[in-house]
Amino acid sequence: MTLRWILSDTWTLTGRALAHWARRPFVILVGLLFPVLVLLMFAYLLRGGYGADYPSVLVPGLLALATVFGLEATMTAVVTDGQRGISTRLRTLPMSGAAVLGGRAVADLLNAVAGLAVLMAAGWAIGWRIESGLLDALGAVGLLLWLRFALIWAGIYLGLVAGKPEAVASVQILVWPLGFLSNAFTDPASMPAWLGAIADWNPMSATAAAVRELFGNPGWGGDSWAAQHPVLLAVLWPAVLTAVCFPLAVAKYRSRP
Amino acid sequence: MAVEADGLRKAYGETVALAGLDLAVEAGTVYGLLGPNGAGKTTTVGVLTTLVRADAGRATVAGRDVAADPAGVRARIGLVGQHAAIDEVLTGRQNLVLFGRLMHLGVSRARARACELLERFGLQDAADRPAGEYSGGMRRRLDLAAGLIRSPAVLFLDEPTTGLDPRSRSEVWDAVRALAADGTTVLLTTQYLEEADRLADRIAVVTGGRVVAEGPPAQLKDALPDGDWIEVTVREAGDLAAAAALLERISVAEPEVDPQALRVSAPVRDRMGALAAVVGELDAEDVALRRPTLDEVFLELTK
Repeated sequence: MTLRWILSDTWTLTGRALAHWARRPFVILVGLLFPVLVLLMFAYLLRGGYGADYPSVLVPGLLALATVFGLEATMTAVVTDGQRGISTRLRTLPMSGAAVLGGRAVADLLNAVAGLAVLMAAGWAIGWRIESGLLDALGAVGLLLWLRFALIWAGIYLGLVAGKPEAVASVQILVWPLGFLSNAFTDPASMPAWLGAIADWNPMSATAAAVRELFGNPGWGGDSWAAQHPVLLAVLWPAVLTAVCFPLAVAKYRSRP
Repeated sequence: MAVEADGLRKAYGETVALAGLDLAVEAGTVYGLLGPNGAGKTTTVGVLTTLVRADAGRATVAGRDVAADPAGVRARIGLVGQHAAIDEVLTGRQNLVLFGRLMHLGVSRARARACELLERFGLQDAADRPAGEYSGGMRRRLDLAAGLIRSPAVLFLDEPTTGLDPRSRSEVWDAVRALAADGTTVLLTTQYLEEADRLADRIAVVTGGRVVAEGPPAQLKDALPDGDWIEVTVREAGDLAAAAALLERISVAEPEVDPQALRVSAPVRDRMGALAAVVGELDAEDVALRRPTLDEVFLELTK
């Protein structure tokens, strides 16, 4: 299988995902607007004791949370294809399996870019601003996509292992505590010490804090090593995730029962 | 031979799916793998389409070894599995173009091929509707069309009509017959005897992961040890017992009684003697000698 065909097949399968968006704009719209809804809820209903600059802290946290939500989208797509027998058909075609995974990855990254753009626009509307240079801002977006990239492989692997929509539902539920046991909405220092430590070291917290730093937004501060080195951790965590999940996903896809 | 399998074995843990299955399918024929649920039919198709790795034995499809050259096999086969493998969000046409491109036809040839196949399977009117809105029969035909994009040397159909209503089923049968007329080698699995009888040139009866009988449908019926069946239709339900008692005496097996049809039937060796006995001793509505149905062959073989 030549590289040319792998790239061409990857693009063909990315095109399939784009055709899905075109045919079901409502589904895509709901997916894009849900994080905006969460943003508005937190900014106006649940802001608690935080002051007027809460959006500046909140928006980067939500960008990270929306990125983690992407895990479900990847898993759902993989499970649906498995259930419909499309995975089986693709496996009997004279094409590379790399393209099947590659197509999923490119489509999901494009979806993540759209999602981040919509959420950043909504954040802008409620007072969040990028207060750094262009390169730093691009670095922030890059770190978000880097986390999303790692979660694509986790999602593919979990989707292949689970095989059933019910399993996706349970992951959907588990994503919430993972998302909230972080620094996205509140200062980990306000949590009980042991929970705060987990929140500090949560990979999502690393990305959220790194994004705050790179956008020039205020952060929570914090004395822990994790809180002091968010950018480094936001690079490392997804690298570790990818190093574990990518080979697992490929092996699972290739395995013949 | 379009398909050859020799001593295929496969176990999933304790469960033996294939226990030394042999198969030889001549090119240009329709071959039926007939067997009950769990007989090993789908596993056989899985091995032959490179989806499943056999524990032992070897198989070639279109001259390529499934273990040594899976890519070569994939380039020469089409598979229509038990669940219609189509993208329900995309239209019928988009589905065929997508799979055509993934078979490396190129965009314009993939489009042209999609048009041809949509017309051939009577889907041109629904071509630009989402496949999710198709009826069960239309989905199957689209699925078949997708399996035929590259004119495969061997087409595998795994239970192509399971779950379809009778009308959709006959649509699929027509499509398979048309393929056979064009010279495509078709290997189909089915639980339905009628389907195998109608479509297949040869049948292999599979049970417990091996082939227990093989041959053209007519020959399988001949091979049944009990020969012909005598079938007596009585005038009223009260006569059923007497007819059953008589048939039990002259038959080589327990007679089957169908009270609804007022019919008693049983296999016999001495055709003329049996006929004479029934005419002489019973005042029957009707009496007939007939060949065993494939159903009876099947039940006998898979006992």
